[in-house]
Formats: sequence, C-alpha cells, structure tokens
Amino acid sequence: MSPREKPALLSDKKLLQERRRPMSQRHRKDMIFRGICRGVSGMSASLLVILLVTILTEGIGTLSTQFLSSSPDPDPLIAGMFPAIMGSVWLLVLTMAIALPLGISAAIVLEEYRPKGSGLRKIHGFVQLNITNLSGVPSVVFGILGLTVFASMFGLFGNEGNPSAEVGVSFVDQFYNEGDFVLEVPVSAASQPEAVPIAGMRVFDPAGKAYELNLVGDDAEWPEDSALAKRSLRSWDVPGRIKDRRWWYFRLPFGRGILAGALTLMLVILPIIIISTQEALRAVPSSLRDASLGLGATQWQTVRRITLPAALPGILTGAIIAMSRAIGEAAPLLMIAGIVFITRAPGNLMDDFTAMPLQIYNWAGRPQKEFHDLAASGIIVLLTALLLFNAVAVFLRQKYSKPLS
Amino acid sequence: MKPPPREAQILAPVSRPSAEESQDSALETAIQLKDFDAWYGDFQALHSINLAMPKKRITSFIGPSGCGKSTLLRWINRMNDTIAGARATGTLEIHGKDALGPKVDVVGLRQQVGIVFQKPNPFPKSIFDNVAYGVRLHLKTSKAELQEIVEWSLQKAGLWEEVKDRLNKSALGLSGGQQQRLCIARAIAVGPEVLLMDEPCSALDPRSTAAIEDLMLELRKSYTIAIVTHNMQQAARVSDFTAYMYLGTLVEFGATEDVFKRPRHTETEDYITGRFG
Ligand SMILES: Nc1ncnc2c1ncn2[C@@H]1O[C@H](COP(=O)(O)OP(=O)(O)OP(=O)(O)O)[C@@H](O)[C@H]1O
Ligand SMILES: [Mg+2]
Repeated sequence: MSPREKPALLSDKKLLQERRRPMSQRHRKDMIFRGICRGVSGMSASLLVILLVTILTEGIGTLSTQFLSSSPDPDPLIAGMFPAIMGSVWLLVLTMAIALPLGISAAIVLEEYRPKGSGLRKIHGFVQLNITNLSGVPSVVFGILGLTVFASMFGLFGNEGNPSAEVGVSFVDQFYNEGDFVLEVPVSAASQPEAVPIAGMRVFDPAGKAYELNLVGDDAEWPEDSALAKRSLRSWDVPGRIKDRRWWYFRLPFGRGILAGALTLMLVILPIIIISTQEALRAVPSSLRDASLGLGATQWQTVRRITLPAALPGILTGAIIAMSRAIGEAAPLLMIAGIVFITRAPGNLMDDFTAMPLQIYNWAGRPQKEFHDLAASGIIVLLTALLLFNAVAVFLRQKYSKPLS
Repeated sequence: MKPPPREAQILAPVSRPSAEESQDSALETAIQLKDFDAWYGDFQALHSINLAMPKKRITSFIGPSGCGKSTLLRWINRMNDTIAGARATGTLEIHGKDALGPKVDVVGLRQQVGIVFQKPNPFPKSIFDNVAYGVRLHLKTSKAELQEIVEWSLQKAGLWEEVKDRLNKSALGLSGGQQQRLCIARAIAVGPEVLLMDEPCSALDPRSTAAIEDLMLELRKSYTIAIVTHNMQQAARVSDFTAYMYLGTLVEFGATEDVFKRPRHTETEDYITGRFG
C-alpha cells in the first residue's frame, strides 16, 4: 500500500478559500444558540421565582411556632402540623435506617463482586437492568406493592384488627365502682373471658398499686370508709377491656402503620440509593483497587478500607437526594395511610400516622381559603427541609471531593 | 566504594552489576513457568511460555508494546484474576509451589509477591498510612512496631529523608517520582520475597529514574525482582537476566550480557538496536 498524497483540500489554497465556511455565519449561529439557551434558562428560573413568591405570600401569614407545634383542627385558626412533622421525621429516620444499609450493600455486591462465570454474569446483568428500570416506576405502584406486602402481608397473618402475632401490648379489664373509683385487672390474652369480681382477688388502681378486692354483697351498704370503698366492687360489676400499646409494640401484619409506610418509601428510594452508590463506586479509580489487592488485601478489606471511604462523599450525596425524594412523596403514603385525622405524633412502629405531604394534600383539597393558606405554610416547611438537605449535600460534596489519584 | 557520578554511569558502556555472579549455574529458581498460556476471553495473549527466574536477581522483560509483558507479570501474582474473562493454563510455580491452581491462597500469594504498577497509585491517605496499609492488613502491631516498619520501608525505598517531616501529609502531594518510590516502600513493607515492577519509571524524569534504579540494585540483595521496561539502557544497566517477548511468545531469555551482546535471534538484535518494526 503506497502512502497517500497530501489531500488537495489541505494543499490547494484556492480550493481551500472556496470551501471555507463563512465566518459571519458561524458567529451568527453561535449568537442564536446562545440566545436560545439564555431564554430557556431564564424562563425556568422565573417559573421557580413565581412559585416561591406565590407560596411565600400565601403561607407566610399563617406560619408560626403555634402552627409548628399544634395539631390539625377543624378550625383553621388553631390548626397546625405537628403530627405531620413528627410523622415525616419518623418516616425519614426509619426509611433511611432500612434503605441505606440495604442499598449500599446491594451496590457493593453489584459493583465490587462482579461474578466471573458467564451464567452468573447473565443473572448479574438481569438484576442490574431491573434496578435501572425500577428507578423509573411511578411511586403509586410501589404504594400498591407496599400495601399488599407490608401492610397486609398477603393476608398470611390475619388482619390489622385481628393480628396473628403481637408483642408490646397489654390488656386490662377496667371497672368503675359505685364510688367512682377505677379498678383494673390485668388480662393475659385478648381472648381471655372478662374478669368477674371475686372476693380477695388482686386488683390495681390506675397508678399500678395493688389491693385485695373487697366484694360488697348485692344488697349490702356501700362502705363509708373511702380506703375500703376504693377497693370494693359488686359481684355484678362488668369491666371494659382496654388495649394498651407500649412504644415497642409490634405486630404481624404491620398494618397501615408507620413501619409499613417507611418500608414502602424504602421501595421508592432503594433504586436511587443503589444507582448513586454504584456510580460513586465506579468513580473510584481501579488503580486504587489494584494497589490494595496487590498488597494482599481481600476483596472485603479493599472495599472496606479503600473503595467505600473514597466513594463516601458520592454515596452521601446520593443518600441525601434519596431523602429529599422520600420526604416529598405523597402518593405511596396515601395508599398506606390514607387521609386520616391524626392529632398526635406516632408512639410506636405500628401507629397510624400522617406526614407533611399528606397534610398539605389534605388542606389543599378543602374548599375554604384559610386551609389553602395552611397548605402553603406547610409547603414552606417542607421546602425549607428540602433546601436544608440540599445545602448539606452541597457542603459534603465541597468538603470531601478531593482528588483520588 | 563510592559510585561514579550518575551521568557517567548512564553514558558508560552496557555493564551489569555482577557479571560473574549471574553466570553462576547453581542459582535457585524463584519463579518457574512451564507451557504457560494465557487468554483474555478468546484472545490468547501468552503462548506457551517457559521461563525460570532466578532468586535474588533482577530479570527484565522487554519487547514491543502489546507483546504480553504486563499480562505475564500480572499473572505471576494473580492480579489478572480481577479481570473478567482472563484465564491461564500451564505451570506457574513460586519457590517450588503451585501458584495457579484453584486451591492457591491468592491473598497470601500477593503478600509474598508484591507488584508496583506503571502509574504511581498511592492511596488518598497520608504517607504514613500508605505504607502502613499493607502491614495493617496482615499483622497486628503495636504503634511502635508499625512506626519501625514504616520507617524502614521508606528508608529502603530511599524516600525517608524527603518525607520524614511530613508523614501525616497526603501522599497525593508528592511528586510523581516520590509517589512511585512510596509505592515501592508500600510493597516492601508487607515483607514480600518477589517484587514485580511494571514499567516503574516510564512516567519519571531521569533523576527519579536513577533513584529507582539504585533502589532496585539495593533491593536485589534480598528480593527477586522482575521489571518490565521499554528502556533498553535501563534493562542493560540493572538486570541480570533479560527476557525478550514478541506477540505473546518468549523469543529469547538469558543473561543480560548475552542477550544484549550476543543475541541468538535476529529479532532480538533488531529490537535492541532499534531496527525493529
Ligand atoms: N484487560 C484486557 N482485556 C483484553 N485484552 C487485553 C487486556 N489487557 C491486555 N490485553 C491484550 O493482551 C495483549 C498483551 O497486553 P499487555 O498489556 O500484556 O502488553 P504489554 O506487553 O504490557 O504492552 P505495553 O508495553 O504497551 O504495556 C495485548 O494484545 C492487549 O491488547
Ligand atoms: Mg504493559
């Protein structure tokens, strides 16, 4: 093969002049494109400003410490979003506590423990494809999934009202006697028949102090002595059964409680965490892995001491993006919790709950203008939380983004 | 004996550190390859390599780009295990023990056979932690013991004087040559018996190169060293044995003096004298 001649276009001056693209046209195109870019970015920025101004003017008036610390109320003047804020905090803490370890481990397995055999490689590729697809699934779909899997657990464990397993719950039979004193008899199981007053049995007052029951005959006088009256009952007295849930109350199925909500949110953000962690791990130069393995480190030592620390800023940024997503999600929570009137913060993992987006949705759906203002105030609180998260993410990126090689 | 000035050494005619020694036929074998084939997927990168690298000597691998030098080196301490689709057959023995079979403890092998890469790759950690990293992987040490090992390794690598006042500073602040010597210090800190170096000087200036060559000659007293290089003078200066590879085959292997002065194959001669290609 003979070497080529120098191309005519590069050697013939006249031809070159003829074919040259006119400079003025190139500059004009450049200007037009720059104009379009400026217009588009200006438009989206002004949309954001309009949104913020609208929300602020509507919501700033009703935003107060009282709004933050009181419960929802049919009267908009005293209504607040304390239970919703607490619900969101619970949800976020639970969701992240479950999703972060799961998501990061999954990403490590997918990224750092790539299988060598061709069969396993296919499975690996299939899982990877699915995770990528899952991140695009609408969150309502995860809501339905959460409802069947976590809330009702396919009906395998009975239902919420009649769960097949419960811990952290105690039952008490409560008597009101003729002297208006309350006496309680502990019950070992929900199915136990109601307590029947028997002379000499142990009873408790609501403070938990034990007494010996004094049974007053059917036609006898009610005792005058208050100490005696306090521990007396008639044989026909009938108790009411009370269910007392501790903070560690747990049941199967989870029911439409805060744990089911958090698990459902976990489904929504798990793909985000996995993918962002994978990207962070992939950004770690392989020369660092080689260096570690070459010194005789095991795969796990390498992940633990080199790859994970190097990827940490990226992982944290991804985690915060996932948190922002979780705190703003309404649709899947709506499937789990519905719109319920909740006036206190959740007390245990199975408790009914509301969350900020749900409360905002609820208020925005009412006809009265006053409630719309409350919704705007709620949005301000939510946006503030989101901005805070993003600020932390930016800070982490700035602080820890040092060169790796 | 005071070594001659560096310039003189570079310009001096090809001479190895110990011509008589390397002809010693009683040399023990450190690394033995027999009918060694290696593949990347369907592509065969090494063809039936037969080679015996003697203990406590420097063996250099030369040959045109893509002939399989790095592949061979990376197989010796099984770094190629990390590449999907890479596999090898044949015999690979280190100090008489199989190093290729499925039962081999690869992690232990890599501690025994250290590797230094072409591009310096210090961890984004302090200088001290870089050297201490491998030690901490394998040993439980007191602080004083660790300090001792780190200092010794850095001294051996000829870096101690330059970094002793900034051990806690990031290793990424070092120059390329210093980083490469740090990588060598890191490799010898875990107490290997064999040191593999893949073009350790290709990114370095002549002064750093000279420092690393001096270092290799020093390390030769206690380590078996394999070095890949594209620099013929370097191969001639430091190595006792030279292997010339071409397209995945070992064309010629022998004492460096013989290979450079009396090559048995014309390809080798062409390559060494620059008439290659
Ligand atoms: N990871 C890999 N996957 C597939 N083929 C590879 C891989 N690494 C190397 N090869 C191929 O194997 C052959 C030998 O490569 P190797 O890196 O060992 O050459 P080399 O002699 O070290 O070259 P150089 O002097 O340029 O470093 C080349 O043809 C190369 O394309
Ligand atoms: Mg190479």
